[in-house]
Amino acid sequence: MITAERKPLEEILAYIKPFKRILLLGCNECVTVCAAGGRKEVGVLASGLQMSRLKDGSSIDIREHTLERQCDPEYVEELVPMIDSADAVLSMACGCGVQQLAMRFRDKPVFPAVNTKFMGGSDRHGVWTERCQGCGDCLLGLTGGICPIAKCAKHLMNGPCGGSAGGVCEIGDDVDCAWHLIWERLKALGLTDQYMEIMPAKDWRPAGGGGPRKIIREDLAE
Amino acid sequence: MKEQFEPVIVAFCCHYCAYTAADMAGSQRLVYPPNVKIIRVPCSGKVDSIHILKAFEKGADGVYVAGCLDGDCHFKNGNDKASRKVAQMMRYLEEIGIEPERLEMVKMSAGMGERFARIATEMTEKIRKLGPSPIKAAAA
Ligand code: SF4
Ligand code: SF4
Repeated sequence: MITAERKPLEEILAYIKPFKRILLLGCNECVTVCAAGGRKEVGVLASGLQMSRLKDGSSIDIREHTLERQCDPEYVEELVPMIDSADAVLSMACGCGVQQLAMRFRDKPVFPAVNTKFMGGSDRHGVWTERCQGCGDCLLGLTGGICPIAKCAKHLMNGPCGGSAGGVCEIGDDVDCAWHLIWERLKALGLTDQYMEIMPAKDWRPAGGGGPRKIIREDLAE
Repeated sequence: MKEQFEPVIVAFCCHYCAYTAADMAGSQRLVYPPNVKIIRVPCSGKVDSIHILKAFEKGADGVYVAGCLDGDCHFKNGNDKASRKVAQMMRYLEEIGIEPERLEMVKMSAGMGERFARIATEMTEKIRKLGPSPIKAAAA
């Protein structure tokens, strides 16, 4: 999933300062699961913004709404009947959702209320870690299911750097060395031969180095 | 003016401990301030962030969540969850510009009528000293 965290209230308040009527939008997908921008978080943010204004002797008109998915035009269309009664839109979806809104409602200022962090998974309740950087040419089949791009600070392709010690990465004690993990896993799977294969220099164009990426499914696209 | 300020305090009380303790305080004829408005909840862990925030938004000067003693939650760990939520909401109140001390997590057992009355009194005194919530103060 895509993970996110709410921005500091101060930053959000600065964005919406000139506006009186705000449409505050959550998303039912990733940001709900990582407790950053679902229906609940929309309510919490709305109340916080309202109280910030109330304590300054003013108030704000906030309409709360949570879309099934903010990155799909079908769902964004739902907002048409309510968009005119808002001076600005505040989105708690990831950057994809925010941009979908900005594209659809060109005459409305749209602001992000969360910082989109990374593609990750949940380690345990309340803890998420980065797993994939969308490199466009997945290597997991060669690395025992552990990503050397997302989980190694140097994106190394052929084993650990000199900073790997006792399974720990040199960037910090709480960071596992990805290549240590890969080696242990390949050993457990009896696939150490795979480790001996030298990986050629990675082509970073599919990772975004070749410009904004796009997928066209001929069978689906109209 | 400040001498006459009577704080409004909302206490979310778990049915299995604090709510029963409040009953106990009553039957023991213990006196506690009428400022404390009790809301019975099935477990302190059932209190959501939004309940706490709405209490403040609608004019409470202080809020506390009262759950069972450590390890005694009827639903295993609702009180721990409540403690973490309260801590999180204290940080959020600070961001909003409301003194975090206006919110508190307390723990007691069903038999602690005396503790219930004491906490209600202490909380009322603390909030009385802090004065009206910034939201109420701005509206006045
Ligand atoms: S190798 Fe590329 S696609 Fe595969 S998990 Fe890592 S970043 Fe993602
Ligand atoms: S110690 Fe391991 S994870 Fe850290 S940078 Fe070096 S190879 Fe990558």
